[in-house]
Amino acid sequence: MAAVAAGVGQQWVLVEMVQAFYEAPAYHLILEGILILWIIRLLFSKTYKLQERSDLTLKEKEELIEEWQPEPLVPPVPKDHPALNYNIVSGPPTHIITVNGKECINFASFNFLGLLNNEKVKSAAQASLKKYGVGTCGPRGFYGTFDVHLELEERLAKFMRTEEAIIYSYGFATIASAIPAYSKRGDIVFVDEAACFAIQKGLQASRSNIKLFKHNDMADLERLLKEQESEDQKNPRKARVTRRFIVVEGLYMNTGDICPLPELIKLKYKYKVRIFLEESLSFGVLGAHGRGITEHFGINIDDIDLISANMENSLASIGGFCCGRSFIIDHQRLSGQGYCFSASLPPLLAAAAIEALNIMEDNPETFLLHLHKDSLRISGISGLKVVGESFSPALHLQLEESWGSRENDVKLLKRVVDYCMNSGIALTQARYLEKEEKCLPPPSIRVVITVEQTEQELDRAASLLKEAAQSVLN
Amino acid sequence: ILCDECGCFCIRRHTHGCGLSQRVSKDRSSKPVNKISAACINHIVHNGGLYKRPFNEAFEETPMLVAVLTYVGYGVLTLFGYLRDFMRQWKIEKCQNATEREEQKDFVPLYQDFENFYNRNLYMRIRDSWNRPICSVPGAKVDMMERVSHDYNWTFTYTGRVIKDIINMGSYNYLGFAQKTGACQEAAAKVLSQYGAGVCSTRQEMGNLDKHEELEKLVARFLGVESAMAYGMGFATNSMNIPALVGKGCLILSDELNHASLVLGARLSGATIRIFKHNNMQSLEKLLKDAIVHGQPRTRRPWKKILILVEGIYSMEGSIVRLPEVIALKKKYKSYLYLDEAHSIGALGPSGRGVVDYFGLNPEDVDVMMGTFTKSFGAAGGYIGGKKELIDYLRTYSHSAAYATSMSPPVVEQIITSVKCIMGEDGTTIGRARVQQLAENTRYFRRRLKEMGFIIYGNEDSPVVPLMLYMPAKIGAFGREMLKRNIGVVVVGFPATPIIESRARFCLSAAHTKEMLDTALKEINEVGDLLQLKYSRRRLVPLLDRPFDETTYEETED
Repeated sequence: MAAVAAGVGQQWVLVEMVQAFYEAPAYHLILEGILILWIIRLLFSKTYKLQERSDLTLKEKEELIEEWQPEPLVPPVPKDHPALNYNIVSGPPTHIITVNGKECINFASFNFLGLLNNEKVKSAAQASLKKYGVGTCGPRGFYGTFDVHLELEERLAKFMRTEEAIIYSYGFATIASAIPAYSKRGDIVFVDEAACFAIQKGLQASRSNIKLFKHNDMADLERLLKEQESEDQKNPRKARVTRRFIVVEGLYMNTGDICPLPELIKLKYKYKVRIFLEESLSFGVLGAHGRGITEHFGINIDDIDLISANMENSLASIGGFCCGRSFIIDHQRLSGQGYCFSASLPPLLAAAAIEALNIMEDNPETFLLHLHKDSLRISGISGLKVVGESFSPALHLQLEESWGSRENDVKLLKRVVDYCMNSGIALTQARYLEKEEKCLPPPSIRVVITVEQTEQELDRAASLLKEAAQSVLN
Repeated sequence: ILCDECGCFCIRRHTHGCGLSQRVSKDRSSKPVNKISAACINHIVHNGGLYKRPFNEAFEETPMLVAVLTYVGYGVLTLFGYLRDFMRQWKIEKCQNATEREEQKDFVPLYQDFENFYNRNLYMRIRDSWNRPICSVPGAKVDMMERVSHDYNWTFTYTGRVIKDIINMGSYNYLGFAQKTGACQEAAAKVLSQYGAGVCSTRQEMGNLDKHEELEKLVARFLGVESAMAYGMGFATNSMNIPALVGKGCLILSDELNHASLVLGARLSGATIRIFKHNNMQSLEKLLKDAIVHGQPRTRRPWKKILILVEGIYSMEGSIVRLPEVIALKKKYKSYLYLDEAHSIGALGPSGRGVVDYFGLNPEDVDVMMGTFTKSFGAAGGYIGGKKELIDYLRTYSHSAAYATSMSPPVVEQIITSVKCIMGEDGTTIGRARVQQLAENTRYFRRRLKEMGFIIYGNEDSPVVPLMLYMPAKIGAFGREMLKRNIGVVVVGFPATPIIESRARFCLSAAHTKEMLDTALKEINEVGDLLQLKYSRRRLVPLLDRPFDETTYEETED
């Protein structure tokens, strides 16, 4: 009943309104009409403007272009920048080296096995030069594959006891091209924070997800792997297509120590991660035959997915190579950028590498035993500490404590280097691009031990370093 | 004033379809085709003196029928690919792919499926056209190791025989310095016996030899710049130095067809990258204008600097960069220019000094002059030349200088002697004659191919000559038929080119004699008829048959 009453009431009001409308004077209606229109206008127009959106006029654009002042292409380099003025080596950079006009014993080049000056290597290169000339004038795909390249690849594969090897024309480009050939956007790479610059660039080019673990810290690596595992459980569909890699160096360029490979292999199978190994320093140095860190630890080389090394240190040539199973290596022949898009290695350099490999294979013991003489002679210098394994042929001498700033430290070390250089021992500081390195190692003097250095020369270098440290640091 | 149609600089706006508008975009549907030569002459009259010589560059449109048939070809290949994959899966056909280790079967697969599908079912069929191993100097004629495959290109076996004296139209031996005898080889041999092959250290540590310093001074003089620096690998020269020049907050404007090394360098630098249409100045100017007016995205801050990346000769298209216009734009918009002369240094210009020399421009107008030693100089490596401040900066901050082993001394010596020869500093005119010979060979070879009715891309002065094949089946067929006739050519298909634009590429050399070129042309003509490659629908303007001893440069320099 009540609802009906309300309905009737409303009806009555409506009727009255319509009646009032008819009775109202014309001016009233007009006024109300205007008011309604006004309300509508207010409703549909913005009360204030969020942004003064008007396109720039041609003149304004021209003014903007006129106003714009770019930075110079490169900032000026201070005249005394430590890396600006290079040492000038006149003549061959072999055991006896002439640096800035001064004859020295070389403790700076990575000529570990002394093959740079080897007559056999040189004559092999000469023979190749007579047959092929210098350049290859093309990438491997387009008539840049020479029989020497095929031979070198076969020899390297045989030497390393892998299925296949692939050569690059530049050491740096080897690992830097190999990593992005496999690891793409969205993949995950676990990498040691002390990894060398070539690895860092390869990772950057791959645009993968990069996880740094503390140098040689397997617990830290496992922590990251576990984290990833729980992440994967949350999203198994994504996990099924996310490739995972561990990238480590055999003998670290920046720290002079070796990676704990047996533990890494365990982690590899536990967490199903592939291992890429950079062996530029350890190839030709570690293991009974110089096969590198896998031989050193007695590990089956097939457990490593990819090994990369350059031919610029032990083999004293130019270029680099990757080796492993064909399933993995062959992929680089179409996807390794530094392989596909670059001219191939000059045949004379490939021939030099083959001959160097022959020499290494013929009598490994003479080289390697000689090389592993204890480099600890150099330790015990007050103010300087030795960083790196005792059997590593490339060590770092760092300041025991910093003298305030990196700049000061570099200057001090430079004085030590200069002191030695004046007395006939050629040394160099390890050079880094300070702004570019992910984890910048502290400044250091690099000491390279080679088979050509005699006991006396080593002793002399050690005593000279002591002297230098005393006169500079105290 | 900028011309509306093609983006070139003109005193008056004009209506035409000059060279560059022939290739405005990848889809060629709206492109004017004919009237090229007439329009270009028009262009030269009106371009305000930017070009001193005719700029005759053309990309003839793909005929519609050919495009359709090409797609059909890929369709058939894909269908058969799926069929064979199906058969492999059911073990009807033997699967010859290398496979994952048993122990690692449960790892995440290393490769994506599509990539493998393409390699297995398309590339594998014609794999014998690439990576052909040679066993002699890569000169005008080359010896090749014969190889056969008994399992449809999955594996190759070498028969031990050598195919002798193949005419080499594939190597980048533009000036014929790939030699095993002569001054360069002798000098290199001497340095090799003195220095050895390697260096074993970086430039910044203990690998800066007197030879390197000598080379850099010479290269600077050759290029006409204040200073230069040399690197061990051409690819790395780009990829390791661009990041030293630009970084976050900078803008890179890159040609869409730039080489992989430039793309990688740009990517590694962390700068914003924008792509302009190939050799299209209107597209470049629009990007420049927008970049300066709008600044960086989101923050709206002005860009720190803008770097334009172009190449001298594009190695897949055979086109030459419109350098005078690029320089005018670069000056107008205060940006910097990085010019990659990988293919053009030595191969262009009256004195072989590259594209800057070709257009008669001032090398100081190019901020970064980059090039390689691999091609014209018959060596290996790359260089960067420019102002002293630039090179000092690179000596300090270049990735290669700090981390990469320096150049091999005999290779350095090869470059020194060949550059001196080109400059005439060896007391002979051999170098000059070679530059001239290459220019003549180029014009002759290109003209003859066009007359035969092939579609040839690029600039008439470019020694890189792409001949269009289009259909996938013709890639392999052309490579094989030519080899049968003792001519070595390069064929390229996807992914190096757009999918329907497969092509063969000839690289001319000063070492090619007229007889060799005529032999090659005769065989190409024959194979062209056999494979029906004469697609061109353009009626040829009858050319004045000029004698070819007249130099190509003098006739246009009046």
